[in-house]
Amino acid sequence: MLEIQGVSLETEGDNKVTILKNINLKFFDKKIYVVTGPNGGGKSSLAKIVMGIYNPTSGKILLDEQDITNMTITERSRLGIGYAFQNPPRFKGIKVKDLLKMAASHNPEKFNICDLLYNVGLCAQDYLERDVDASLSGGEMKRIEIATVLARNLKIAVFDEPEAGIDLWSFQKLAETFKNIHLKYDTTIVIISHQERIMQLADEIILMSNGMISAQSERDVILAGILKNENCLCSTNCEKGVGQNAECVG
Amino acid sequence: MLNALDKLMLEKVADLHELPQGAFNIRKNGVGVQRNTTANIDIITKKDKSGIDVIVKPYTKGESVHIPVIVTEEDIHDVVYNTFEIGEYSDVEIIAGCGIHNCGTHTSQHDGVHNFFVRKGAKLKYVEKHYGQGDGQGQRILNPTTIIEAEEGSVVELELIQIKGVDRTKRDTEIRLMANAKLVVTERLLTYQDQEAKSNITVELIGADSSAQIISRSVAQDNSKQEFYFDLVGRNKGRGHIQCDAIIMHNAQVHSTPKISAYHSEAQLIHEAAIGRIESEQLIKLMSMGFSEKEAEDTILSGFLK
Repeated sequence: MLEIQGVSLETEGDNKVTILKNINLKFFDKKIYVVTGPNGGGKSSLAKIVMGIYNPTSGKILLDEQDITNMTITERSRLGIGYAFQNPPRFKGIKVKDLLKMAASHNPEKFNICDLLYNVGLCAQDYLERDVDASLSGGEMKRIEIATVLARNLKIAVFDEPEAGIDLWSFQKLAETFKNIHLKYDTTIVIISHQERIMQLADEIILMSNGMISAQSERDVILAGILKNENCLCSTNCEKGVGQNAECVG
Repeated sequence: MLNALDKLMLEKVADLHELPQGAFNIRKNGVGVQRNTTANIDIITKKDKSGIDVIVKPYTKGESVHIPVIVTEEDIHDVVYNTFEIGEYSDVEIIAGCGIHNCGTHTSQHDGVHNFFVRKGAKLKYVEKHYGQGDGQGQRILNPTTIIEAEEGSVVELELIQIKGVDRTKRDTEIRLMANAKLVVTERLLTYQDQEAKSNITVELIGADSSAQIISRSVAQDNSKQEFYFDLVGRNKGRGHIQCDAIIMHNAQVHSTPKISAYHSEAQLIHEAAIGRIESEQLIKLMSMGFSEKEAEDTILSGFLK
């Protein structure tokens, strides 16, 4: 289980801005979580806190009761945490197949690179020898990024807006892929997303706005609340809460 | 006879684990030590100055020529003039390269002046690797000059690589392309410590529908200094593209001077240049895949220079 205890995040410098405010969350094993909410609400920052890209100003992060708050990205990765970028970086001179092999280098399970690419809607024949550089479109980069996370046998996989830039056909494939890796590897999946179809995959949905958890509950409860009151994603209008079991603290 | 050090140097600069098949000429410490020719490729020692003439017969296909140079002693200044006649409609690969092992206190230097005549319809791939090693204080200096005349319909591919260990280099490359000739130049360069590297590449699109693509990638580390000067000249209808990327680290310096000049209304010339450090997102990505920061950095640099 990944537990986030009282985590806050502020920018550095004189004019401090609070990005995350006293976040408390538990991500139980083998579940799919979708974190959603308005832009600027702190979703991506939360994902980066989990991976160790950002260090919290206060609070703790525990993985299976082990305090990983001060661990580096590499150390967290080796404990089984993975992260797919919203805007994946490009690598001049590194081929798609090499990046995927590198991603899988710590995975004892044998896998097929072509299958990985197929799972994210790419034809392996067309991509294996291509460089991970500016010749690839944003959508192609996004799918390869997701494939690098799929290549690893992870305890927790965090995907930051995986659907962005992905066409409809691949989107369907992607949704199936998330289901499959969850079933096959027992991976806990945390997806930052605005898409209802992605939310449909979730066991639980977490609503974030203004750096706080607005609500957290089972998928159907949260989705019903969202459908009733779309403005609930905006914290200033979120007075009635979303659903009977959801606590709306915005 | 080649000793263990010679063989190591040959492996570094020409990927040779044993004597190559086909035509070759191995030069060591300023003199030719071994040579082989074939029915289609002749190698002749120049009479007026130091160097060789490599003559590839027209229509020769799929053969290669290895012409590595190794310098294993200090206080040597070897200058060589090589001329290459690549016959019409031939298709060959030439693997050059120079390795210097200097354990002394005096400079070891090799200057190679290579003139290529790539005849009509011929295809040439020319690979030149430079490498230096040795723990002495003596400098290792390599100054290649490459001049290429590419005739109508010919295709020329150049790979110019400085692997490591070269204290100073000045590369001058001049290429003239005739009608429908095609050129691809790939330059890879790594400098570190106090090394200095200068590279001047001039390409003239003289014939109609000629094309040139120049891709330069370099990494400058420590206190090293790199200077690049690219001059792409469109004298006829044709296309040229220069892409120059450098990764700068520590206290290094990189200077890149692009120049594109058109003398024809249908000349299309592009220059792209970028100098920057390794992006933090690149490091984070690889670290999130289990690499240490050092491993991530090495992986990014080796991929960039591959």
